[in-house]
Amino acid sequence: MQPTITRRSFLKGTITAACSIATSSSIAKAAAGLENGQPIATLLDISKCVGCQECVYACRDVNATKYPKPQKPFPKMYPNGVKAEDWSDKTDVIDRLTPYNWLYIQSATVEIDGEQKELTIPRRCMHCSNPPCVKLCPWGAAVQLDNGISRIEADICLGGAKCQTVCPWLIPQRQTGVGLYLDILPAFAGNGVMYKCDRCYSRITKGEIPACIEACPEDVQTIGPRDEILKQAHELAKSMNGYIYGENENGGTNTIYVSPVPFDKLNSVIEKGKGKPHLAAVKDSMETGNKLAMAMILAPVAGVVGAAMKFYSINKNDD
Amino acid sequence: MRFYERVIKYFYIVIITFLTLTGFGQMPIFKRYRIADIPGLGWLAEFYITHAMHYIFASFLIALSVYLFFDHIFIGRKERKVTPTGYVKGVMILGLIITGGLMVFKNLSGILYYPIAISILDLSHLILCMALLFYSIFTLITAKRWTIK
Ligand code: SF4
Ligand code: SF4
Ligand code: SF4
Repeated sequence: MQPTITRRSFLKGTITAACSIATSSSIAKAAAGLENGQPIATLLDISKCVGCQECVYACRDVNATKYPKPQKPFPKMYPNGVKAEDWSDKTDVIDRLTPYNWLYIQSATVEIDGEQKELTIPRRCMHCSNPPCVKLCPWGAAVQLDNGISRIEADICLGGAKCQTVCPWLIPQRQTGVGLYLDILPAFAGNGVMYKCDRCYSRITKGEIPACIEACPEDVQTIGPRDEILKQAHELAKSMNGYIYGENENGGTNTIYVSPVPFDKLNSVIEKGKGKPHLAAVKDSMETGNKLAMAMILAPVAGVVGAAMKFYSINKNDD
Repeated sequence: MRFYERVIKYFYIVIITFLTLTGFGQMPIFKRYRIADIPGLGWLAEFYITHAMHYIFASFLIALSVYLFFDHIFIGRKERKVTPTGYVKGVMILGLIITGGLMVFKNLSGILYYPIAISILDLSHLILCMALLFYSIFTLITAKRWTIK
């Protein structure tokens, strides 16, 4: 069985690691998800979250150095009407996703066993198994790592925001006045850089767990190889008669939520909108393209058959 | 020009036109430049629509290219010769099919390329497309043909 890690077991792991290198390296490997070469996923047990926002502040702390430092005034953009997006004066906004806030807590008041209860849900990038933000970036600025992380390279991104448009949850957030577009044709192409959760990829490479997981006092999140996380999610869902989100959404993601109430019910009561993702069912965005890709294999065959038929009919007429 | 050749020619023009439009549609420019606001052109800013259309027209281009290649090898060789123009365009189209094909493969689930490889493929596909367009305008003006009898 692959080890999965919560904050407590991680702390325990670090203590044991002081005496045993073997343990720490196995935690590191599990955190990197490389033990069996499969993606790592996170499990979020919504029933445990108390909405304290420790995770939000931890995320802002460890990622502060990655946040945009835009040049002002912004270069004028053509045609007129192309809007700059500026969050640099609103860096303290924590009730939605912004370029300076990659994780926020959504809340939902629901009835459980006849009792009104407020559930709180940490929201960030889902790290899709086949992420359209990465696959459809026309510039190669978004990448997927073999441990299941998708991230946007701030030095390459031009801020066209296509990744946001094609993301079923509209996750990536734009800051104008920063990035490569300034060095190309800032008036005519690009509009900044897109930012989102990168699931603490540099911490994971070092064998550390993401900051939001480490900071949570309630052990809401668990991280580990995806199949192991899915197994745990199903056991957890069964134990609370609960529901799962993220296993099949958008063709599968590496972020698995377990909730005591159905997600369509949660979705109907959460605040949704810009920077505030929904919890609705999502079909696989890349499915049509990938089906057409399979059909594309037939194209050369059709060409050969066409030419052969013509050759055959000409030879027959000659006879 | 025989009827058959004319059909092939118009088929080719339609395919290249839609591939170019939907190809440029992969970049977020039609909305920015308000071309998508022109009635009837809104679909140009719908990434999933232009993506699917690009795949469909790419399949047509591959089928047509393979057909014309074998048609030339088996039959056409006896009566016509490929001109330098024909060779240059053929190589450009082959380059577009190879770089495009590698990107289609990349988009399948579980296929990961190095980021630098993705950028090189994206750029070379775009540069090849621009080169083919400009060269086609040039050959249209100078009335250069793919083949001669
Ligand atoms: S949730 Fe959106 S931003 Fe995150 S990996 Fe999926 S498509 Fe990309
Ligand atoms: S994984 Fe890292 S970047 Fe993502 S929300 Fe958690 S702390 Fe923030
Ligand atoms: S730190 Fe844990 S309990 Fe607090 S809001 Fe975040 S996930 Fe919920």
